[in-house]
Amino acid sequence: MVLNNIETLLEKYNNAETTLKEEAELKAYFLSDNVAPHLEHYKPMFQYFSESKKEQYTKDVPLNTKKTKLYQWISVAAVAILMLGFFIPNWNSGPKTLADYSPEEQQMYLEAKEALAMLSNNFNDGASSLKTLSLASENFNVGLEKANHITEFSETTNKLLKN
Amino acid sequence: MKQTDFVEIVLPFKDKVFRLAKRLLVSREEAEDATQEILLKLWKNKTKIGDYKNVEAFSMTMTKNFCLDRLKSKQAQNLKIVHSNYTDNNTSLQKQVEAKDSVDWVSKIMEDLPEQQKIIVQLRDIEEYDFAEIAKMLDMNETAIRVNLSRARKTIREKLTNTHQHGIK
Repeated sequence: MVLNNIETLLEKYNNAETTLKEEAELKAYFLSDNVAPHLEHYKPMFQYFSESKKEQYTKDVPLNTKKTKLYQWISVAAVAILMLGFFIPNWNSGPKTLADYSPEEQQMYLEAKEALAMLSNNFNDGASSLKTLSLASENFNVGLEKANHITEFSETTNKLLKN
Repeated sequence: MKQTDFVEIVLPFKDKVFRLAKRLLVSREEAEDATQEILLKLWKNKTKIGDYKNVEAFSMTMTKNFCLDRLKSKQAQNLKIVHSNYTDNNTSLQKQVEAKDSVDWVSKIMEDLPEQQKIIVQLRDIEEYDFAEIAKMLDMNETAIRVNLSRARKTIREKLTNTHQHGIK
């Protein structure tokens, strides 16, 4: 009965009237081990079909993606900005010697210098008068030491008196 | 579209493309080149991929046309028709030894078929597409496809029967 079915299916198959499902049935039948002897010659055909289906494409395809070059450009920009940062402050530093200033400014500078010199002079005066003070305090200390001798002396006299 | 998306779209049918190419161009190297070409073409047009109703059918059509062009072109003079790729370890050894000869024969018989029939047998019997899909891919009507398929199947059967029963080559 199964065989009959297969034979009718084969007939339909050869006329290209089978559906995919029926063809799957045929394939399953011919790939199994109990194929009727008079249909044996179909076997290699179905075997071949199912084997060919296993073949695979194994090669890699070089899909060249467009690499966004944004990152590279960002680094370039960063370096450029860094360099600018180093160089720009030096451009804007302006005149550097006294001769580069206007006369009024030079005048003001000199006046300020004089005033400061005067101040420092007075300050030095104050400092030298302080020196005399420290001399006085030194003498005072010497006097104190001597006074210590006196207290020592008075202590011993007290001891003697007690005795 | 990113590369991974593209691979996901292409993955299900790239083997089918390759097998069809191999059916038509015979040699493995040629088929690999053709497949690569097809996939690269798809990749270049990846922005349009969304517009295609059926990328797979479209690619199969493309493959068919590409391979036929290749066969027609002068480059085809350099086609390596000899192939030595029968390393199929999937079937058990005994079965393989038993069937190898006849299976070889089937492939040789198929090589002798007209291109149109080759394509149709490939699409129907190996890739198992239904007739409507094949009709779309080949831009033919279903009746014509059935007629061609029937012819091809009968040719294969006859030649196989001959070799099987009488050992005629």
